[in-house]
Amino acid sequence: MSSKKETFGKTVGFVFAVCVVCALLVSFSAVQLKPLQKANKLLDQQTKILEASGLLEKAGKDIVKTYNEYVDARMIDLSTGEFIEGDVVNFDERRNSRDKALSVKPENDIAGINRQSKTAVVYLVKNDSGAVETVVLPIVGAGLWDLMYGYIGLESDLNTVKSVIYSDHKETPGLGAEVLNPKWKALWPGKKIYDEQNNVAIELVKGGAKAGDVHGVDALSGATLTSNGVTHTLQFWFGKEGYAPFIANYRAEGVK
Amino acid sequence: MSSDAKKVLTGPIVDNNPIALQVLGICSALAVTSSMANALVMTLAVVFVTAFSNLFISIIRNHIPSSVRIIVQMAIIASLVIVVDQVLKAFSYQLSKELAVFVGLIITNCIVMGRAEAFAMKEKPGVSFLDGIGNGLGYGAILMLVAFVRELFGFGTLFGHEILPLIQNGGWYQANGLLVLPFSSFFVIGLLIWGLRQWKPAQVEKD
Repeated sequence: MSSKKETFGKTVGFVFAVCVVCALLVSFSAVQLKPLQKANKLLDQQTKILEASGLLEKAGKDIVKTYNEYVDARMIDLSTGEFIEGDVVNFDERRNSRDKALSVKPENDIAGINRQSKTAVVYLVKNDSGAVETVVLPIVGAGLWDLMYGYIGLESDLNTVKSVIYSDHKETPGLGAEVLNPKWKALWPGKKIYDEQNNVAIELVKGGAKAGDVHGVDALSGATLTSNGVTHTLQFWFGKEGYAPFIANYRAEGVK
Repeated sequence: MSSDAKKVLTGPIVDNNPIALQVLGICSALAVTSSMANALVMTLAVVFVTAFSNLFISIIRNHIPSSVRIIVQMAIIASLVIVVDQVLKAFSYQLSKELAVFVGLIITNCIVMGRAEAFAMKEKPGVSFLDGIGNGLGYGAILMLVAFVRELFGFGTLFGHEILPLIQNGGWYQANGLLVLPFSSFFVIGLLIWGLRQWKPAQVEKD
């Protein structure tokens, strides 16, 4: 190397050539693989929604087909709770909540999300006869380390829980990450969100919920802050800044 | 295969291991070894990047102006890492979600840069390529061993299959919470280095 003469022009030219080749390589792979990546992301989301609605086993390998057959994704306005028109396929809660025009700062931000998209996409999951059997609502709230994203599946009374499925979190493996443990997830079905006065009553109970407690779920042992995060997430999203207007509307008028 | 090429390929696995002997690439070895599956994918990614960065750098080694050689190496390595990241996202979305940050950090993995600078800048493309594979495998061997210990005793599983049934799932095994956390790899790697140097005293550093 050192035996060769270096000139300024040669050096710049060489670096430029390397950059062009590298840029071509990177952009070629990015563009070529984009459709596959998008499909993967969508498949992942659809899998979680089917899991939250209890259809995952039935779907087997036909995730996309089952999803398209049973799931109706609808956009809602969170402040009024009304169904609105919108592009549900390209809806991105995370992008919206960074955009000041599309998001609001919650007054009582117990879930620690900072900004909240004004709209949300809810998933109405039908049974074979076409009636809505499960409503899957996306939820997000701060855990110990970062925001935890997930879905909650509700029976058609919008009070009885079917499942709580976290899709994206950064909690500690073995402790907070036990939100994904099937044993813990199995504690949720049948729990009620609201009490008789229509207050949000669901919570994680440290030391274990009492037998027969329809609002309490065992907290995760060794993960108090994650457990508090889950409780606050649910209390926020089923409160008046979350899905409460939608739930009131839905109970009064059904699916329009 | 000639014995020279074989030495280049297999030497880094035991005799000249990049982690155990040269103590390079420790950072990512801590991060991705909580499960065997993660460690395996990371190994494949590093083998790919080291092999091809060595190959490409070796091909153009006589043309690289020495004043900017590190930047040129970085550009090539970074491009390869982005390609790996894109491929992972396209074909293994679940793993890419878990490994995303660490795959990006392959760029800063000292093993890749070290081999480019120390080997590929001097040697022919074919043998450089083998050296890249060898060093990637050497890195991967340690990764897999550490991940074996951490996943087995930290989660009671191997590649996600239950080996030791956990108490919280109705079994008898109390998971070792320490091994779940990244820094526990320090202990495992430390013990591995000690074991290796007992076996091959030639690796012990002179005071």
